[in-house]
Amino acid sequence: MIRYTLKRFLSLCISLAVASLLIFFVIEIAPGDPASFMLGINAQPDTVAALRAELGLDVPKFERYLAWAQGMLTGDFGMSYTYRTPVSQMVADRLWVSLPLALFALALSTLIALPAGIYAAARRGKTGDVAVMSATQLGVAIPNFWFAMMLVLIFAIKLRWFAGGGFAGWNKGLGAVIWSLTLPAISLALPQAAILARVMRSALLDVMNEDFMRTARAKGLTTTQTLWKHGLRNALIPVLTIIGLQFSFLLAGGIIIEQVFYLPGLGRLVFQAISARDLIVVESVVMLLVFAVIVVNFAVDLAYAAVDPRLRART
Amino acid sequence: MNRNLIIGLILSTLAILAALLSFIWTPFDHVAMNIPAKLQTPNLTHWFGTDHFGRDIFSMIMVGARTSIAVAFVAVGIGMGLGIPLGLWAAARKGSYVDELIMRANDLIFAFPSLVIAILITAIFGAGAVNAIIAIGIFNIPVFARVVRGAAMPIWEREFILAARVAGKNAARISVEHILPNVLNLLIVQATIQFSLGILAEAALSYVGLGAQPPTPSWGRMLADAQTLVSIAPHLALIPGFAIIITVMGLNLMGDGLRDYLNPRTRVART
Repeated sequence: MIRYTLKRFLSLCISLAVASLLIFFVIEIAPGDPASFMLGINAQPDTVAALRAELGLDVPKFERYLAWAQGMLTGDFGMSYTYRTPVSQMVADRLWVSLPLALFALALSTLIALPAGIYAAARRGKTGDVAVMSATQLGVAIPNFWFAMMLVLIFAIKLRWFAGGGFAGWNKGLGAVIWSLTLPAISLALPQAAILARVMRSALLDVMNEDFMRTARAKGLTTTQTLWKHGLRNALIPVLTIIGLQFSFLLAGGIIIEQVFYLPGLGRLVFQAISARDLIVVESVVMLLVFAVIVVNFAVDLAYAAVDPRLRART
Repeated sequence: MNRNLIIGLILSTLAILAALLSFIWTPFDHVAMNIPAKLQTPNLTHWFGTDHFGRDIFSMIMVGARTSIAVAFVAVGIGMGLGIPLGLWAAARKGSYVDELIMRANDLIFAFPSLVIAILITAIFGAGAVNAIIAIGIFNIPVFARVVRGAAMPIWEREFILAARVAGKNAARISVEHILPNVLNLLIVQATIQFSLGILAEAALSYVGLGAQPPTPSWGRMLADAQTLVSIAPHLALIPGFAIIITVMGLNLMGDGLRDYLNPRTRVART
């Protein structure tokens, strides 16, 4: 297990290094110089040069990459070009919106999907199964931002139960925060719940074909008892993997939903920074999201290997 | 033919026909504005109503189908064009540094949140259909590479491959002549799924203003325009939404149906 962990950790580090290089250079080769963009088209060349020096843009690219990457490791993401505040501060503020939204959506998706998947597997081929599977078919086909608009139309505009957008702010208390994140979380959770329900169902169906399930029935347990006692436990491993992967997806997928609900999260930060050519903010947020995905994958791999020793041997 | 396949074929054909028909005929000119006739609900002249500029929504949906399908189609083409050779190569050199390199690169692309990167690419290199295609296409490459490699590896162990080797064929020829035809079924199914994901991605990019630019209509863009008007004219948001759902669901059902149809052994549900 230690050998496996070390090996995976090494590949994690390489992935992060390559990812940071890619992100930095893709963004740096993009047309448009931040300094001349900030000063407008009438700026004098020497003013632009002075601002470039002030922002540290006159240093060779590779040195800037090293400084940026080194700063990242210590939690110092550099200074925003436009706001002149530490990027880490800006990201931290926005994370307090995006992270709860992702967690909320993940909780909702799990709460909907697991019972639905178990129910469908238990009633395999019957009306209940067909109904759940049709619903998931619809769920994966609905664009989440469209679903979000429909939720706003019904629950905010027609029924006036929720606000149509905006974020309450943490100073208003947890209840207000949850209230303002409810519609966004539902719209974000729906397609994920549909996928997860399908995974739950097929994982459970796979387990039901196992010999030990027949043995459990033979020793006198009812179908329901075998399902809960032996089936569910074994089926949960692939399901947990998907839940882990969905978290990072939800964090990134929130970007579009934040646009629909005017939420001040990471998504809006990225869009604002892109239009202001605040490259260092864009680089840092994208890197943070990639970091989250890679680390979650790593954790999922380790958890998987801890449960299933066969996987350790294979890689 | 099974039920999924038939329903899927009907729904996807509907979208493709609408797109093809739009080249020769639409009920109205899709860019012609007619302010006095703005925001009409569906009626006999304007079957799906009109938008805030008085443009005919039915015509816009038809032309929008063209945009969505074209973007998704080319993006799948990029994924297959690069992913399949890479996957075949990796499988032919299983365990070698080539295999390792291709698969690690795949893992790396998978680690990037696709939507974020697509947004980044289109935002930096300019919004538009071509950049949207590239942004979506890049993330299709590892999908196809992985599917091909996974399916090709067991085939390499079969006797007929050994026979082909004895006959003097090299790895590249075996890959194309013997491996590829045997993994084609899987590829068709995967292509259908990626096609539907591509349509969703195109809609999302257009919705945030990074896909096809006006006046080219696209379903995502129509939804973005509808957002501020949704309370007074809900049909502006409902109709493009239904268009997306019907097309995506059609393609997904077709993918499910094709998989069962092409491979009778796998009758278990897709995850």
